[in-house]
Amino acid sequence: MVSAITLDNIEHLAIGSSFLGTGGGGDPYLGSLLCREAIAEYGPVPVISVDELKDEDNIFIAAAMGAPTVMIEKLFSIEDQHRAVATLERFLGREASAIISAEIGGCNSMMPVAYSAMRGLPIVDGDGMGRAFPALQMTSFNIEGVACAPLTIADEHGNSVLYQTTTGLKAEELARPVAAAMGASVCMSCYPMTGAEARRATIPKTLSGAIAIGEAIADSSDPRRPLARLVAALRGHEYYNDAAVVFEGKITALERDTSNGWVLGNCSISAMAGTETAELKFQNENLLVTVDGRLRCVVPDLVTIVDVETAHAIPTERLAYGQRVAVVVCSAPPLLTTARALDVVGPKSFGLDEQYIPVNELIKDLI
Amino acid sequence: MRIGVDVGGTNTDAVLLAGKDVLGAVKRPTSGDVSTGISDAIGALISECNIRPDEITAVMIGTTHFTNAFIQRRELVPVYVIRIGFPAARGIPPFASWPEDLKATICGGSAMVPGGFEFDGREISALDEAAISEAISEARKKGIKQIAVSCIFSQLNPDHEDRAAAMIGKKAPEIEVSLSSELGRVGLLERENAAIMNASLRPLAAKITAAFKHALQDQGITAPFYISQNDGTLMSADYMQRYPVMTFAAGPTNSIRGAAWLTGAEDAIVVDIGGTTSDVGVLKDGFPRQSTVHVDVGGVRTNFRMPDILSIGLGGGSLVCEDGDKVTVGPDSVGYRLLSEGLIFGGDTLTASDIAVAGGQISFGEPDRVAGLSPELVSKACKSIRESIDDAVDRMKTMPGDIPMILVGGGSVIVSETPQGVSEMLHPEHAGVANAIGAAIGQVSGEVDRIYNIAGPKERTAALADAEAQAKAHAISAGAQSDSIKIVNIEAVPLQYLPGGATRVVCRAVGDLAMAE
Repeated sequence: MVSAITLDNIEHLAIGSSFLGTGGGGDPYLGSLLCREAIAEYGPVPVISVDELKDEDNIFIAAAMGAPTVMIEKLFSIEDQHRAVATLERFLGREASAIISAEIGGCNSMMPVAYSAMRGLPIVDGDGMGRAFPALQMTSFNIEGVACAPLTIADEHGNSVLYQTTTGLKAEELARPVAAAMGASVCMSCYPMTGAEARRATIPKTLSGAIAIGEAIADSSDPRRPLARLVAALRGHEYYNDAAVVFEGKITALERDTSNGWVLGNCSISAMAGTETAELKFQNENLLVTVDGRLRCVVPDLVTIVDVETAHAIPTERLAYGQRVAVVVCSAPPLLTTARALDVVGPKSFGLDEQYIPVNELIKDLI
Repeated sequence: MRIGVDVGGTNTDAVLLAGKDVLGAVKRPTSGDVSTGISDAIGALISECNIRPDEITAVMIGTTHFTNAFIQRRELVPVYVIRIGFPAARGIPPFASWPEDLKATICGGSAMVPGGFEFDGREISALDEAAISEAISEARKKGIKQIAVSCIFSQLNPDHEDRAAAMIGKKAPEIEVSLSSELGRVGLLERENAAIMNASLRPLAAKITAAFKHALQDQGITAPFYISQNDGTLMSADYMQRYPVMTFAAGPTNSIRGAAWLTGAEDAIVVDIGGTTSDVGVLKDGFPRQSTVHVDVGGVRTNFRMPDILSIGLGGGSLVCEDGDKVTVGPDSVGYRLLSEGLIFGGDTLTASDIAVAGGQISFGEPDRVAGLSPELVSKACKSIRESIDDAVDRMKTMPGDIPMILVGGGSVIVSETPQGVSEMLHPEHAGVANAIGAAIGQVSGEVDRIYNIAGPKERTAALADAEAQAKAHAISAGAQSDSIKIVNIEAVPLQYLPGGATRVVCRAVGDLAMAE
């Protein structure tokens, strides 16, 4: 496990979290700049393992909420993130002893690092998704019975709003219009936890996992292909370890429809030589992949399309006809594949007819 | 009659056009002062075509000079940045993403001042004029002569940037101002970076403008001249002096547009083969397809309107290597030394051009010198070249099905067979100066990129009409003849995760340059 997030491994975190974003989760680029500024000013961020959390610790989430198109104009400030967390701390009468990411996949892996630097607090080696999901209730925290609310959002002017709601879904529903009134790019905190709760409900080792994945992809001193390094790194992880390249080829068809904030669609990939084709289905994130009609991986297990040469993840909105890609799949953290978890993040929650089958059964011939 | 000039790193090309005819084309070496090379090329063109300087109605110049200067960090000056939008965006200050060496050269300080807009047009804060005054004083104290001004959502409403510019003009008339709203689209950092890059190039722009003027005077030409922008349209000399960054990537754009003009094609793949690399681009509705990803220039992230280009390491000077059974062509190349090092030119390096001659596709240099090459080697090398082109064409296509291809550039002789996926391969006359032709035929454009609140079909129609009207107005103010203007692109994209129908509308209008012909 890495002991700290530094200027040297922040780029690896960005690359690795893009992979775990499985096509969604947002571009970590702006967040990585924010982290660079924060680490340069406040120093490296110590990483604490989930096991090290004491019962009486208080764990707070740092995250962004809003429209990506607006975020690239208004950027972010950790002071605003602080206001979201501080409002929650005041309300609960507890002070944060560590910060955690709600979603390791994509841009929400970054803000917690920058914010931890500012607070001088450790960041927990874990998160609530182990990947990226499109909704606030799709977390291991929720699955394990931690309440999403109270939830706070804060803008850049000193305004903050606290929601006490019955469900996480309601909190999100009520927060979205206020976030828009605040300028559609706000900082958020939710799922406040004690150390005891966090130990139970957190998906551990995803932060160090993301860094290891990013490092493997970027390590040019290793003579193996980046794709081989990526798969090796996944197989070396505690639970992303059922991993394989299920297909390599060229994107030959792409259907993408943006509506109600979702990017829905399909992507077909054809082999460079031969007649095999792979079909992917996505809703912001990739949901499943079949090769010649044979199911190879389905959500919550991870499906990521990567550049066949560089092994860098390609987000859904950047997919294009003609790209040379590989489809990499790997197993989801165990907390996401329990019967209770599959009700929240299983194929049915995305309107899919397929039953969940663990990826290690679907790719037995490849591992 | 109009003259098109392409000032490249090695050669300066000039062509003379009258209506649909190419009356002449010349190539001369680019000179260190830029001016002499242009003057030589135009002088040679005028005498070759036997015309009088006063018969020329306009001169269009495309140049890679500013891109090269920025990438090579030549003749750049320090810039002070005023970013309007505080307290938003303060976590990532100006220059945060810049490479250290460039930052050391260009960063002259910055201030983040209250002001700016929300996506729906509300002010984030009122513009803080006192803070701007203070920033101007600080820049002055440091002796800085260039200020870049950026502002959150300024492409939606440039008012705060305009007011800051007016204040600078009043308080410090010796300082030049570059506004982000004139340069980019949604994306504060990228737009701000463009404004900073632009500001750092302004003194060089003044020098180059003078060099262009001088070259034309030298040849007795009194007609106005225009400069190619990165989207293939033209700007006035005055505008270039203020916005030199708008010339970035004009080279590949001009060659694609030139290829279109030479063949009459509206939709095609354009393959421009040089000495070391080939640029593959796509012509869509008569214009180069634009890149949708961020483009790094000299290590700085931007979001310019750039053509989507795939560069591959294959050119006329590419080295041919045998490795066991395999034969590879490129990416290493003898480059401009082809004329001394290639086999057919008396050298002893086997290049792609030698293969073309040995394969009987063309005859130049001394064909005897390649007569002894093994037919197997020649056929394998030809296959390697063909596969590279097949692959590049395939990567750039956005749809299955065959599409025409236009072959241009000095190295185009190395391609003889129609690549896979190509319906018809066109190799027009004057393909070697497609670049200068692209400059000569430049039109003028206007663009809007803003967010509208669209609640229903009625608002949608009104918003699109408004965007079209604004784009047309911009084109006219850029010099377009009003009855020639066409809307070439309009897109309405709903913003993700936002209720209330906030929709980003991008619209581009293009028209012919208004001039007496």
